[in-house]
Amino acid sequence: MKKDKKIIYLDNAATTPLDPRVLKAMIPYLKENFGNASSIHFLGQKAKEALERSRETIANFIGAKKEEIIFTSGGTESNNLAIKGVAFANEKFGKHLITSVIEHHAVLEPCHWLEKRGFKVSYLKVDKNGLVNLDDLEKTITDETILISIMHANNEIGTIEPIIEIGNLVKRVREKRRERKIETPIYFHTDAVQTFGHLPINVNELGVDLLSASAHKLYGPKGVGLLYLRQGVKIEPLLHGGAHERNFRSGTENVAGIVGFAQAVEIAKKEMNREYKKQIELRDKLIKGIFEKIKNVTLNGHPRLRLPNNVNISIEGIEGEAMVLTLNEYRIAASTGSACSSKSLKPSHVLMAIGLSEELAHSSLRLTLSRFTKNKEINYFLKVLPQVVEKLRKISPFYKK
Amino acid sequence: MAYYSDKLMDHFLHPRNFGEMKDPDGVGEVGNVVCGDVMKLFIKVKDNVITKASFMTFGCAAAIATSSILTEMVVGKTIDEALKISNQKVAKEIGGLPPQKIHCSVLAEQALKAAIEDYKKRKK
Repeated sequence: MKKDKKIIYLDNAATTPLDPRVLKAMIPYLKENFGNASSIHFLGQKAKEALERSRETIANFIGAKKEEIIFTSGGTESNNLAIKGVAFANEKFGKHLITSVIEHHAVLEPCHWLEKRGFKVSYLKVDKNGLVNLDDLEKTITDETILISIMHANNEIGTIEPIIEIGNLVKRVREKRRERKIETPIYFHTDAVQTFGHLPINVNELGVDLLSASAHKLYGPKGVGLLYLRQGVKIEPLLHGGAHERNFRSGTENVAGIVGFAQAVEIAKKEMNREYKKQIELRDKLIKGIFEKIKNVTLNGHPRLRLPNNVNISIEGIEGEAMVLTLNEYRIAASTGSACSSKSLKPSHVLMAIGLSEELAHSSLRLTLSRFTKNKEINYFLKVLPQVVEKLRKISPFYKK
Repeated sequence: MAYYSDKLMDHFLHPRNFGEMKDPDGVGEVGNVVCGDVMKLFIKVKDNVITKASFMTFGCAAAIATSSILTEMVVGKTIDEALKISNQKVAKEIGGLPPQKIHCSVLAEQALKAAIEDYKKRKK
């Protein structure tokens, strides 16, 4: 494969390229403004100003107060902090958590870990489009429930969950508990890693108490994320040390990363609406083109309540890793939910949860667009895919013409 | 590919001897879609020697590549020689496999044994 030729990057759900404007904003904090934000001399104060300015920018973006933003090392840490934090701070009131079967591992694994430590977790099933059911959720809530964690949109199949409705349900439950004089708090967390900067988010409209986000999913740097923590919500920190982030997350702040995060947010503020429309156009063109050119293919996830940049398909008869590596030869970067490409050798739990057979789960291909994806790249992809599919179907024992 | 050898990538991108065989003397199909790997091996045998082999595989790059190299390894071997082909030999021949892909070479060995078993059954 020629290394000097440009690649067509369609794996933006995994990570996005750094926007050049973000890099520009970060550089001073990697070079001359290298101070520790806790130092009281001028270099430290410069870092502190940048830190707090960034915090304010990001808080405004989601309708939060700046004191409600905690910077972390990324989405995984934010999810761990939200779930373990709420669990340990409120276990004397109740030990029941509710989440869904299609959450990211960074939500599921903390839940499994808490189960081993005496907490009870309910995992809500989803329908064939990946949607959580509100009646199921309502029936699952008990007087011991302290946390509900449902992702804003799924990273594999793009399905957007009914967060506003869940927020309203949680408010009603809280009200009823007040009336019945039950002291057990109930909090609502959402993993917004895939939606932050892509779909409009206002924490009060959504009715969330905690929200996770990660910079590298919106053209920011890796290694920095945030947890929105509504004032009044009690959590136990994961990291103890110098009491940074109002004692919620100790550790010298990644000022350059946080500045980059804020710049990425500034850009999203201006360009999100336009990009949303453009990506939906390209996404739908891609879906239409795939269905026109390939036989026996299915779309995974909700057809409409779907991330503007997400396409996830199952191509009968051929396996995902083989597809991704063949596309790789054409300089196209994509991903798959197939077991062969995962560390666990199990197919994607999300695809299994929406009722796909193992075969179709192994035959999945995920394409996720970005602000840099061009129309001609989609055209090129649509030219290449049929060739790749034909080549692999020729050697498949399952595909008969 | 960081963890695949050049030889493996070559066999994956340019597989040898694929396709359904007309009038095979033995067919072995192993694996299952639950695991995501299915290999079908066809052999033609004359005077106890494997003269032709072809494969059809649903699976990852390692699965396709090990199927391909297997067809090259068996041609010209007697049935007894072919039965001695272990998964380690297949893995070595393809230039090595990462630990999580060793099972693909095991599948290849099993496909060969299944094809020979089928050939012996048909002969009776």
